[in-house]
Amino acid sequence: MISKKRFFLCFILSFMIVGIYEVGPKQNAEAFSNQVIQHGAVGDDVIELQARLQYLGFYNGKIDGVFGWGTYWALRNFQYEFGQDIDGLAGQETKQKLVDASEYDEQFVKQQIARGNKFTHYGGVEREKQSTNRGGGGNEAATPAPETTNTAVNVPQGYSQNDIQLMANAVYGEARGEPYEGQVAVAAVILNRVESSTFPNTVAGVIFEPRAFTAVADGQIWLTPNDRAREAVLDAINGWDPTGNALYYFNPDTATSAWIWTRPQIKQIGKHIFCK
Amino acid sequence: MIRWILIGILTLGIAGTAFWGYQEHQEKNAILTQAENTYQRSFHELSYYMDLLHDEIGTALAMNSDQRLSPQMVEIWRLTSEASSNVGQLPLGLLPFNKTEEFLSNIGDFTYRTAVRNLDDEPLTEEETKTLQQYYKQSSEIEQELREVQHLALENNLRWMDVQLALVNNEEQLDNTIIDGLKTVEDKVGGYSEANIDSSVIGISNQQNEPYKSITGKKVSEQEALNIAKDLFEVKDSDKLTIAESGKGADIPIYSVSYNGDDKHAYTDISQQGGKPLSLLINRQINENKISLNEGLKKAEEYVNRLGFDDMIFFRSSEYGNTGAYSFLSSQDGVRIYPDAIEVKVALDNGDIMGITADNYYRNHKERDIPEPKVTKEEAKEMVNPNVDIQEEYLAVIDNDLGEEVLTYEFLGTYGDDTYRIFINALNGMEEKVEKLGGTEINYAIN
Repeated sequence: MISKKRFFLCFILSFMIVGIYEVGPKQNAEAFSNQVIQHGAVGDDVIELQARLQYLGFYNGKIDGVFGWGTYWALRNFQYEFGQDIDGLAGQETKQKLVDASEYDEQFVKQQIARGNKFTHYGGVEREKQSTNRGGGGNEAATPAPETTNTAVNVPQGYSQNDIQLMANAVYGEARGEPYEGQVAVAAVILNRVESSTFPNTVAGVIFEPRAFTAVADGQIWLTPNDRAREAVLDAINGWDPTGNALYYFNPDTATSAWIWTRPQIKQIGKHIFCK
Repeated sequence: MIRWILIGILTLGIAGTAFWGYQEHQEKNAILTQAENTYQRSFHELSYYMDLLHDEIGTALAMNSDQRLSPQMVEIWRLTSEASSNVGQLPLGLLPFNKTEEFLSNIGDFTYRTAVRNLDDEPLTEEETKTLQQYYKQSSEIEQELREVQHLALENNLRWMDVQLALVNNEEQLDNTIIDGLKTVEDKVGGYSEANIDSSVIGISNQQNEPYKSITGKKVSEQEALNIAKDLFEVKDSDKLTIAESGKGADIPIYSVSYNGDDKHAYTDISQQGGKPLSLLINRQINENKISLNEGLKKAEEYVNRLGFDDMIFFRSSEYGNTGAYSFLSSQDGVRIYPDAIEVKVALDNGDIMGITADNYYRNHKERDIPEPKVTKEEAKEMVNPNVDIQEEYLAVIDNDLGEEVLTYEFLGTYGDDTYRIFINALNGMEEKVEKLGGTEINYAIN
């Protein structure tokens, strides 16, 4: 009985919300914030940029909120066709031209993204034809839109989010008590090993190499890493190497192998000594 | 009396058994962890090789049927064999994973056949190009499914030992993400009846030449280094600074200075000769974004100029959470010098510089003797795969596969939905390097 009542309530509620959507303004008056949008940017402005470029037929990729190469070429083609400086930057003039030439149905786009639908935003095509519902069901409008709107993220060239996550796990397991540069250093050693010909050629290979890392041997690698460890990994991937190209490190208080002391030492960071 | 002795013996016996049991237990756990680690390694490597395989097939598509293509086919062939050996090591005896293996061996056969024949006399036929395109599409789907499984496995800390147990016990109700995920991968494949990390061109260090040639000047004292560090950290209190000298394993003698304040932590490496900051890292809480990636670029450019690097040109930018990462290359007579790279990190809440690394720059920078191109731009363009739509062009110095610096024409072009960076040697017209550009990925965390 109760469930029936609840169902009814939901039904009515969803109707009300659908109603509000219908009545509410179709077109959001404000467009783009003041920023100059450039390659690598993420966020709402990028979503609007992609949607407007798609409306005009320049952009055929996914509207995912990350200014990648596809968006870059689309923007340059737009600038070429509309007789502007071709610089791949969405500055004030370019944005104004875009706003004048295209329409942006923010409501529709954001809703599609929030629901995880596959959708497009081409001009002159009915909305219903541009979206494939993933979940299906009628009262989906009742679910509140989640905060995050980007369906893609930037990753460094050659790495996936999973690579970063795996490295963050290793860094956190090995060096969670260390200063920030000590964490970047551990990540850098992993990367130096990947590049070295005497170690495995993959991140996973280096991390799980038997007897290479104590955190792997005793299972500490499976602790959940914090954001700081992840940031340290990103810094290391982006080129920071506080170790000066080290391939080994050890804790002088707990190291049991005499061999490790024979390596030429580069420096000590926190509790770890880094060496070649 | 006898009773007490008996009790004593028994207690000892129990304690001994307990100790022995505990040791056995420890050993068993150690072995389990080791087995688990082997499985984890195979799985993550498999996923990595599938990533790489997809990129390499894409790169092969953008190559011109020429000297470069044969080595590329060999590379793909090598990757398929690495990947299938990883599949073989997973505890999937009870889960049919043979279609994926078949897919891998199909690609392997195809690339082997094309690699061993002389592509100059018999270039890829149209049909073969189509096959390759199909492999490209299929490998993309497998790659994405595997990444999804990998993401779930990492997020939920899934254990392969559990998978194995579940498979052995054949539990019906089990909700096992790995098994479900891998079944999806397998279904995807059933439907069809090393760009490795160090091949990135930017900032590759040229080990043969004497490094850090560009660093000159007199040796600075510890006190001077501390002052330089204070400027870099933008702090005044000296008592929170610590300084250390590098050991004999370092490529160049440096001072490392760290600052441990209440609200921020900072670290820098300064060369002992000349007092040049090789790298700087600042760590603090970064709040919500207030400035755009583009405004951050202005700050980064200002900073690079302030540190006295001239002739630097902006190369690329990426927004990661609340920070912007910017790369700069040096430029000599309008030629982009890839080995001389500088990276800058800017906090996007207030535009503070969060770090710079100029190690590659100092290691490789020198006044270069850049020769005149012997191949014209038009001739170089003809060396590029005709399917690639060239959009931008530059002259660039890169390190080639042999580790030598070469002058090249750099072309940015598109093929299908992908963007490629292609380097053609400006002296002999060889295709030196083809790189498929990525940089974005589906956000698995929200799906």
